[in-house]
Amino acid sequence: MPLRCAIVGSGNIGTDLMVKMLRSDTLQLTALVGIDPASDGLARAKALGLDAPHEGPDWVIEHGDDFDMVFDATSAYVHVRYYKKYADAGITAIDLTPAARGPKVIAAVNLTEHLDAPNINMVTCGGQATTPMAYAIRRAVPSLPYCEMVSTVSSKSAGPGTRQNIDEFTKTTSTALREIGGAETSKAIIILNPAEPPIIMRNTVFGALPEGTDHEAVLDSIYAMEKDVAQYVPGYRLKNPPVIEEGPYNTPGGVVPHRVVVLLEVEGAGDYLPPYAGNLDIMTAAAMRVGEAIAEHRGVSA
Amino acid sequence: MTTTDYRLIDSTLRDGSHAISHQYYAEDVIKIVAGLDRAGVQVIEIAHGDGLGGSSFNYGFSAVPEKELIAKACETAQQAQIACLMLPGIGLADDLREVRELGVSVARIAVHCTEADITEQHIKVAKELGMEAIGFLMMAHMNSPEGLVEQALLMQSYGADTIYIADSAGAMTVDDVRRRASALVTALDIPLGVHAHNNLAMAVANSIAAYEEGAKNLDGTSAGLGAGAGNCPTEILAAVSTKYGIETGVDPLILMDVAEEVVRPIMPRQQVIDRAGLLLGYAGVYGSFLLHAERAADRYNVPVSEILLELGRRQVVGGQEDMIIDVALELARKHAEAEVTA
Repeated sequence: MPLRCAIVGSGNIGTDLMVKMLRSDTLQLTALVGIDPASDGLARAKALGLDAPHEGPDWVIEHGDDFDMVFDATSAYVHVRYYKKYADAGITAIDLTPAARGPKVIAAVNLTEHLDAPNINMVTCGGQATTPMAYAIRRAVPSLPYCEMVSTVSSKSAGPGTRQNIDEFTKTTSTALREIGGAETSKAIIILNPAEPPIIMRNTVFGALPEGTDHEAVLDSIYAMEKDVAQYVPGYRLKNPPVIEEGPYNTPGGVVPHRVVVLLEVEGAGDYLPPYAGNLDIMTAAAMRVGEAIAEHRGVSA
Repeated sequence: MTTTDYRLIDSTLRDGSHAISHQYYAEDVIKIVAGLDRAGVQVIEIAHGDGLGGSSFNYGFSAVPEKELIAKACETAQQAQIACLMLPGIGLADDLREVRELGVSVARIAVHCTEADITEQHIKVAKELGMEAIGFLMMAHMNSPEGLVEQALLMQSYGADTIYIADSAGAMTVDDVRRRASALVTALDIPLGVHAHNNLAMAVANSIAAYEEGAKNLDGTSAGLGAGAGNCPTEILAAVSTKYGIETGVDPLILMDVAEEVVRPIMPRQQVIDRAGLLLGYAGVYGSFLLHAERAADRYNVPVSEILLELGRRQVVGGQEDMIIDVALELARKHAEAEVTA
């Protein structure tokens, strides 16, 4: 039997995730829960025959017996208030906010590490896009003293949750570069760009390369990772070939002679917002990957 | 304190930092703060050029951790207030807390001119910390007077004490400034400030025009040290203001000494409006991109002017320095392909 799922948050992320989940054989979506009865997401859910209450996360807790899994696409503040309640109700929570209460999962790196956790944090859209590259660099070098990511998303694709959570975004993303990417020190930057037509999501990863690095091995590892991520996010690609630039660079992890620059573009699948919103797509695609991996782990067959 | 017609905020130690690739040392900070303070400058801004937390691969690493320099500035200033700038998405609310402890009393929360709603968290933190909060709308040439009013009102609603518009690309004419400043002065309950750049040689004229429209805060940097072709030179602004009979409360002669004897000697090059600098203003490109674009042009052997024009076409905003490498690589590829076909 497929896992019974609810999505909380009827904004950009929640609605995009809904479209994807309706195609799943192992995750059965029955409700999209919001707080604004006039939201576009709830209207779409209703039209698709789903439950579409606007009573917020409390509704899921009240109907706890009906759900195995909840995908939280609200905001970090809301998730912090509810993550214990989901756990107490026996509902596995996949957290798409940067609240970072449970272990962090980057689908291309540690998908299967936390399949029994009651709460899984999906980091951030930029984290899903860049942590795999930090990891790809790290596995090809003796050490990665410092790694930095810059994520630029179109203003139109950044909803109020993202906007009120800027600090949480950068902190959670930066932590993922260290904890999962393997960097010793790190920094994350996010920029909103209002250009019309909206720009496709861009991510840049800078890795500090210490003395003695095999540059060819770093580049090969990056190309291999591009393919791995593109398996579940088809619009994930290197916009330009990765380049090694000569410094020296006075990074927080020490002075290094070179850096590698990885210029990424993430084009969305266009499930809800148009393809420029790759930031939604990579987050919801990664969350689907985790949800389906948990379903498989629990013996649900497609 | 005597009343002045406007308040001068000097940003030599913040915006000027771009022009020296963020390589300030403690002795520079002490000398510059001491001079500006003695001249009567009301507010001195200091941080990495891209604001608190800006030290990075993307924007350049600081030679000395900025908080050490900020502490020195706070210790040195006798009468001037010390300000920091921060961009949500680059710096953190925690950075504001730390610099507040060091003695910083003014927080400028800077954001692209259409994205004011990401400043709510940080304006509120600055207010809770007992700081003056200034909402700072960058690249103001990219938004209409009405659009800027809408954004400024959001910041006012979050508790901002002052609103600034920044001509970060040095792309505005006097008329552009007048229309924006007068709309904002009319609509806001709080004072307006204008931060000018000199890519079109309009910085001082634009600042005076802003004052005439009712702006109560103006920005400058000593010797114009700053991003692109440089900022509004503080000493020239003070001198011109005096000629206009505008009371600034600062001594232009001391500011001239600071510019000549303290700042010019540490400048790697004087601020001139060369082709690349002018192109920034002409194409409306963020001024801080200049040195990064020159480095990428050298590295990938493409003309810096082509990089800047393409950045303008792509409508990149402040903070997207990584796109300079992207553009340079694409131009290099195009040039290589063109050579093959030729």
